[in-house]
Amino acid sequence: MSDEVVLTVQVNGERVRRLIPASRTLLDLLREDLRLTGSKHGCDVGDCGACTVRVDGLPRLACITLAAEVQGASVQTIEGCGSKEAYIVDALDKHVASQCGYCTPGIVLCLASLFDDQADADEAAIREALGSNICRCTGYTKILAAAREAAASRSSA
Amino acid sequence: MSEGSNENRPGWAVYPTHAGEPATGGVLGRGERKIDGRGRITGTAVFTDDIQLPRMLHAKFVRSTEAHARILGVDLSAALEIPGVVGYALGEELPKKYGVIPVAQDETAMAIGKVRYIGEPVVCIAALDEETALRAVRAVKVSYERIDAVLTIEDALDPRKPHIHEGSRKPSNILRRVFQEYGDVDRGFADADIIVEDTYSYPGSTHVPLEAHVAVANPEPDGKLTLWSSTQNPHYVHRDVAHVLGMREQDIRLIKPAIGAGYGGKCDPFCTDILAAYLARKLGRPVKIALEREEVFYTHRGRHPTRMWLKMGFKKDGSITAVDFKAWADGGAYASYGVVTSYYLGVFMPLPYTLENYRFESHRLYTNKPPCGPKRGHGAIQPRLALEMHIDRAAQRLGLNPAELRRANCIEPDTETCNGLKVTSVGMKQCIDAVVQASGYEQRRGTLGFGRGLGLAASAYMCGALHPVYQNELSQSSVQLKVDRSGEVTLFSGTADCGQGSIHMLAAVCAERLGIEPSDVRVIEGDTALTPVDLGSYSSRVTFMAGNACIAASDRVRAKLAEAVAAKLGVSAESLVFRGGKVYVADAQERGVSFVDAVWLAEERFGPIGEVGGYKPHKIGSRFRRQSVGPSPAYSFTAQVAEVAVDVETGILTVDKIWVAHDCGRAINRTIVEGQIEGCVYMGVGEALYEEQRYRGGLVSAPSLLEYKVPTIHETPEIETFIVETHDPNGPFGAKEAGEGPQLSTVPAIANALHDAVGIWFTRPPFTPESVLTALARAERSKS
Repeated sequence: MSDEVVLTVQVNGERVRRLIPASRTLLDLLREDLRLTGSKHGCDVGDCGACTVRVDGLPRLACITLAAEVQGASVQTIEGCGSKEAYIVDALDKHVASQCGYCTPGIVLCLASLFDDQADADEAAIREALGSNICRCTGYTKILAAAREAAASRSSA
Repeated sequence: MSEGSNENRPGWAVYPTHAGEPATGGVLGRGERKIDGRGRITGTAVFTDDIQLPRMLHAKFVRSTEAHARILGVDLSAALEIPGVVGYALGEELPKKYGVIPVAQDETAMAIGKVRYIGEPVVCIAALDEETALRAVRAVKVSYERIDAVLTIEDALDPRKPHIHEGSRKPSNILRRVFQEYGDVDRGFADADIIVEDTYSYPGSTHVPLEAHVAVANPEPDGKLTLWSSTQNPHYVHRDVAHVLGMREQDIRLIKPAIGAGYGGKCDPFCTDILAAYLARKLGRPVKIALEREEVFYTHRGRHPTRMWLKMGFKKDGSITAVDFKAWADGGAYASYGVVTSYYLGVFMPLPYTLENYRFESHRLYTNKPPCGPKRGHGAIQPRLALEMHIDRAAQRLGLNPAELRRANCIEPDTETCNGLKVTSVGMKQCIDAVVQASGYEQRRGTLGFGRGLGLAASAYMCGALHPVYQNELSQSSVQLKVDRSGEVTLFSGTADCGQGSIHMLAAVCAERLGIEPSDVRVIEGDTALTPVDLGSYSSRVTFMAGNACIAASDRVRAKLAEAVAAKLGVSAESLVFRGGKVYVADAQERGVSFVDAVWLAEERFGPIGEVGGYKPHKIGSRFRRQSVGPSPAYSFTAQVAEVAVDVETGILTVDKIWVAHDCGRAINRTIVEGQIEGCVYMGVGEALYEEQRYRGGLVSAPSLLEYKVPTIHETPEIETFIVETHDPNGPFGAKEAGEGPQLSTVPAIANALHDAVGIWFTRPPFTPESVLTALARAERSKS
């Protein structure tokens, strides 16, 4: 049994090949090894959503995903968000939907995944998509307003 | 407003501080993006845990498994054999006691000789990586001799129980008893037509900032130290780390990176700060200590579980004749801010209703549990539930409308309460009117049918403490501005934005005075090497105090620019307007220069431009010497209506909607103010529905986010927010606080709505399904 794994993965469009301990979490790979610190440690057991990234387009909690599980996959972190996700960032910014900002990268990726899948996502779909992202600052009001606006700008684009 | 003014001291805020002035700079009151918003949204803001230094070690704590015990021995032998373990520290190495409140410094960085709560740090071990440090702390064996544990309020008051702090000046488990009496309370009760009397119990809860406590320390080659800390109060961490390590404050550079919120949970200096600093010096390498989520529950400093007794007398017309209040707060093993808590439990009760006769007695107790401290609405949340429910209960007995009873009792602006709080601006009635009208409270209350209800509550809160926690006559907030020929304005402040938006507030206030945009101001905050002292983000002080300091600094820059431009144009400095990136003659926009040119002219005339401004509240002479905790330069006011639904089969309470109106004096940025109000309501909903730090004996029974439930987007109600502006005479442009006050009336509004829904007064949050079903069954039995 080997306790090390050769991992090949696309991270934000760039090929990464590393020898990693089999126990390495995806979050530690991103934060410690690749220095992509936009994904956050909140609880380390999958309760809070602050570590959310996209794996092959779908939201994934990086703190409870082993890096070895994403072998060959495509991972997107907040650092990989650019012009395609700008409408989400802009809406969150406009509504001051980020107070301390610790949960926000995870929320951006959840919304990006939702809107890619469902361009006309309604409020119920937005709530469902953000149901496992804890924000302790905003009371979600501004986040919802921003998400509704992002959805509208996306579907009219 | 000339009383006690700082006018004779250049660089200090002068009263009034443009409170009544129109916002000539064109910046104030807009609802706009935060200047630092994008960095947070896109993950580029650097939080403490994002810092990685070469050769950095990771340290972890061995924590007590006993609530109250003598430490007989610590066996590190197995731990130190693990490859990758580099060093360790024991409690004895750091014997100096510390704490933010000078009269109650009872804490050491780790336990020495005995442990006082489960989860208390005992040993700290540093290793090459976090995993090794974790393995090492698990290999440490600590042997204990148990001492009878003090776990409840009854235990703490029982003289037969052992003292948690032996050898302290007061040989008991009462940290502080406060007794204050104003007017003639007994006479007030004799004059009353009805008396309302009951007991209430408010649970402890914890902050749950998503970012855990983290510190990184780097020993500098010259023997100095750089420390990064996720703190709300860089100044107090700076002082206490220097004190405990026996260093000079100026040899420590304390930097506060972006903070993943605090809500009061990061107000104390913590073992993370002290041990990272100590081990970095001891081992000669950078050290990071990042708490895990479970450890944050042991670190706590959350809301004090509080038992209360409240007696109020009312006349038939609803006026209040007397209030008598007693509170016992279960404070955990260390003082933290507990002395302040003991005052805050009582001193705000004479707000916002006129009250002549008032008596309170509070006790802040030691128990063998994680220390309680300041959580949003510190000390004032618990009594507010009792008071606001009493108001509704009186209204019911007197056949009065609860909204009208509140309106009729509201204090007026520019009054002094019976306990000597000088109140300036008051928007209480406007707040009540706004939520009552928007919710249809008066028409709809009592008509929604069994299981649905509407409830109203009101509250008031402080805008910073008049007196600093350690006695001094220095500025409580200070701001430094550097303006150079490039036109760049850099603002330095020791404040700590933990998400509330104080970075943007400073930029907006400065921009308003200089006629530029907030995004033209670069804010550098919370770095003791660069920024002048600010006492920190607590007691809702930052907008009021740092905002005033910012005006003082900005006005000194403005005066120089105005003088230089006036000389160039041959006009008087007073005739100039600063707006839209220009400095020009009022009514003649074409006669002016750009802001950049104005800076150039000023530098030609005066040399390099840099100014400082400070703020210290002017002395409000209180009639009462004992009134050292409570007085504030201004008070904010809030009213809210909650609409709730109770499922009588399951006992599940749902909060459907909250209407909230808050008198913030003046909104510097409307969107940020709304966000603060909504965040307060959210946290109140959590405390009403589920949040409670529960214990099994001395053990935190739910130290994870799976078990400690906080509202998600699904349980958070719709929140409709109204901003009431009263232009406080002493606030910066009339602004007051918005970050804590709005939480005070959320739980009582929900409790009063619950009564409207099912006819039962619920006197102990959280209003869980069990408590609702039990109360419904009891009501059913007493009917039959």
